[in-house]
Amino acid sequence: MHNKTIAEISRDLAAGEYSSTEITTDLLARVKDLDKGLNSFITVTEEQALAQAKAADERRAAGNATAWTGVPMAHKDIFCTKGVLTTCGSKMLGNFEAPYDATVVENFSNAGAVSLGKTNMDEFAMGSSNETSYFGPVKNPWDKDRVPGGSSGGSAAAVAARLVPGATATDTGGSIRQPAALCGITGLKPTYGRVSRWGMIAFASSLDQAGTMTRTVEDSAMMMNVMASFDKKDSTCVERDVPDYTSTLNDSIEGMTIGLPTEYFRDDISAEMQQQVRNAIAEYEKMGAKVKEISLPNTHLSVPTYYVVAPAECSANLSRMDGVRFGYRCEDPKDIEDLYCRSRGEGFGNEVKRRIMVGAYALSAGFYDAYYKKAQQVRRLIKNDFVEAFKDVDVIMSPTSPTPAFKFGEKTDDPVAMYLEDIFTIATNLAGLPGMSVPCGQVNNLPVGLQLIGNYFDEARILNAGHKFQQATDWHLKAPQGIE
Amino acid sequence: MEWEVVIGLEIHAQLATKSKIFSGASTAYGAEANTQACAVDLGLPGVLPVFNEEALRMAVKFGLAIDAEIGLKSVFDRKNYFYPDSPKGYQTTQLHHPIVGMGHIDIELDDGETRRINVTRAHLEEDAGKSVHEGFSGMSGIDLNRAGTPLIEIVSEPELRTAKEAAAYFKKMHSIVTYLGVCDGDLSQGSMRCDCNVSLRPKGQKEFGTRTEIKNVNSFRNVERAINTEIERQMDVLEDGGVILQETRLYDADKNETRAMRSKEVENDYRYFPCPDLLPVIIDQEYVDAIKETLPELPDAKKARFENDHGLSATDAAVLAANRDLADFFETAAKIAGDYKLAANWVQGDVSAALNRLEVGINELSITAEQLGRILQLIKDNTLNNGGAKEVFNALVEGKGNDVDSLVDSLGLKQVSDTGAIEEIVAKVLADNPKLVEGYLATPEEKRGKAMGPFIGLTRKAAKGVNPQVVMEVLKKKLEEL
Repeated sequence: MHNKTIAEISRDLAAGEYSSTEITTDLLARVKDLDKGLNSFITVTEEQALAQAKAADERRAAGNATAWTGVPMAHKDIFCTKGVLTTCGSKMLGNFEAPYDATVVENFSNAGAVSLGKTNMDEFAMGSSNETSYFGPVKNPWDKDRVPGGSSGGSAAAVAARLVPGATATDTGGSIRQPAALCGITGLKPTYGRVSRWGMIAFASSLDQAGTMTRTVEDSAMMMNVMASFDKKDSTCVERDVPDYTSTLNDSIEGMTIGLPTEYFRDDISAEMQQQVRNAIAEYEKMGAKVKEISLPNTHLSVPTYYVVAPAECSANLSRMDGVRFGYRCEDPKDIEDLYCRSRGEGFGNEVKRRIMVGAYALSAGFYDAYYKKAQQVRRLIKNDFVEAFKDVDVIMSPTSPTPAFKFGEKTDDPVAMYLEDIFTIATNLAGLPGMSVPCGQVNNLPVGLQLIGNYFDEARILNAGHKFQQATDWHLKAPQGIE
Repeated sequence: MEWEVVIGLEIHAQLATKSKIFSGASTAYGAEANTQACAVDLGLPGVLPVFNEEALRMAVKFGLAIDAEIGLKSVFDRKNYFYPDSPKGYQTTQLHHPIVGMGHIDIELDDGETRRINVTRAHLEEDAGKSVHEGFSGMSGIDLNRAGTPLIEIVSEPELRTAKEAAAYFKKMHSIVTYLGVCDGDLSQGSMRCDCNVSLRPKGQKEFGTRTEIKNVNSFRNVERAINTEIERQMDVLEDGGVILQETRLYDADKNETRAMRSKEVENDYRYFPCPDLLPVIIDQEYVDAIKETLPELPDAKKARFENDHGLSATDAAVLAANRDLADFFETAAKIAGDYKLAANWVQGDVSAALNRLEVGINELSITAEQLGRILQLIKDNTLNNGGAKEVFNALVEGKGNDVDSLVDSLGLKQVSDTGAIEEIVAKVLADNPKLVEGYLATPEEKRGKAMGPFIGLTRKAAKGVNPQVVMEVLKKKLEEL
């Protein structure tokens, strides 16, 4: 049962093959059994899941079921869930129970989905390997000595290990696409403003966007149908009709133009990695797509720009974690200054502190113009590169990450090497574009991801392109050893 | 040495919106601690601000009232600092692109001169909560009910030169925002607070001296006192050859002194940057023009109209126009009475006295402007004499009855002006008091005027509401006939 996709479960539940309670029970048992070795969940909400499943079964019996009624899934622990811990992977929020549901969570529960719990992540979504989680790293189901990627490593590993057919995730600089690539699954980051950020704990507000982790593109489209909504509670959410993303999945891609940015096929990417991506492009050509070399000349500026903008925003966003009203508070504070310093000093991990300090520095008097302001100017240039490119092409394709999954500890002492993990994904966040990673091959038995970048609000097109690829290939069906 | 004083004011005015600037929580004052703070006001993880358009409308209205440039694009910034009553660790405010740009107001000085004071800008921001230090033995409580209440911070140019001018400026701003209805103006509840920047420089010098900032002064009188005290303090320091430290000071009204709060040796770095959760606020001229249509007559215009069209003195016009509710009360009564001067006398006399005695605002007074107008009408047509009018007025103020005419009847205050009726009464008074009449007749001619007094009193006692004018005439005639 655990190998079923969201689409299959939806159909099976409708056909009465099994009940939501049955599949929920089955998956919960699987989590109990397998997740000790993976650590992909921070909180498992067994009782609540079974109650939701029961309610879903009753709804179905009453004839009120919809596509999502009774379908199990999980939420990244960055989304606030009423009455359930929301830790954001941090000691700081180790005891935090939100009094409200994030809009994304609400959308899924309104649709009748069953949440099995909250998935592990890099602390406050800051990391590319899941090693910064206060609750310990997540292991990559393909090789437990390797990282699952990050920050949404828990969601990616849980889906890859068939613990859940789908999970929510967030992407600020690659936090959906990179772990999806490293775990051999499908990950979609929508256009900035497509999905509400209400209740999603902010890392960098102008870059954060919620998205999907699934095994198939079809499932991603199904998740998007639920997630995407206009929300008055998020001023940056865009009021725009939500199409039925599943309805265009099978459209022909004949004549579609694929842009290949020369800057994304660099010499320092291994020949094997590049080959997997080239093979995927060849597959597209077979389906009638055209390929065009393009240039995104400011690509080399995206990582430095990101590491000014994101830390600057996070330095303010994380100020509310002060030990005063919620979350971690140090013992016996002498005075307010001591309470702030020790609560934050003890509650935050090193990577979070590093970014807060970088951000505070970039915003400080005398440095603002040289860093933050300059970064915003460069950000505009990066965006313009894409706007120009999309005048000539429909989809941009590239590797998702420069390497397959790497080993634990390999990059922890070298923050810059870690930051370069997101070199192909960061620019889309800076530009606010939708991006997706689909499995497109393997190198040394480790999955490799193909990144598809679409134009603004053109999620339907990259879903269409991704689905067509998955119809023609079987990389997305491959499971890690011992998982199948 | 002769010194020149330089004063600039920053006035925080709470906007009279029903809900907060970035959340749906109520802004009502006086609720139990933390009951009017929702997840957004508490700064919980995951929450997002949504700008309350009513605050925008009010800020624009204010900008138009001071003839200011309106920012068609304004931007919210985050001002970063840690303080327990600032739940997010930053205040959302407007640094580089405020909603209101350069404007001005006119203030009147004691000598009747008018001075124009330029207003640098006014920007939208959120209020902080309050730390509560009593009742927590060694700890502090935090009440976040006020957190997120919309404010406009109105910044003047450093053009004020005396404490009196500063107080006049504060008063005028108070008058304007309450006229517009964008702020309730309640100083005791902190609806308007004033930070006073004060510095001294040798007369003739161009550069400003080092300034100090007196925080959160909350009455017109205290603005004047606090600034005067601070001027004296600075002058003493400078004359002794000392230097002024740039610092924030607190005014202690009981001791009439200012004290250093925290020294700004290390200038705070607020690390401002545009708030990524809020879009720039873009409005067009059409929006601004539509708000312009809703502007009420402002104090200066009203004062001029009272003076020029209705013949009030400059002082009377200024007093009556300063407060919109009072002005409306006055004008309603004046129109009914058909006599602005009479109404002005009453409003500044008996009405003001009643307000002071009862310590209430004009709208809490039981007597309405319509009732006062009717009383004045009855004075004008001789139905009431002054004493009777006061009696009806006081009855209404005390909440006894609500119809002027029936009160006049029930209290028997209707003035009797009918000569025949009065003649009868006078005849009876004279007949009943032969000794007095004897005494009167014995009085030499030149002192008889005074000797008439007792008869007047007796006549009025015998018939309440007799017209004193007529009584005099009749008495004179009757006594002469004796």
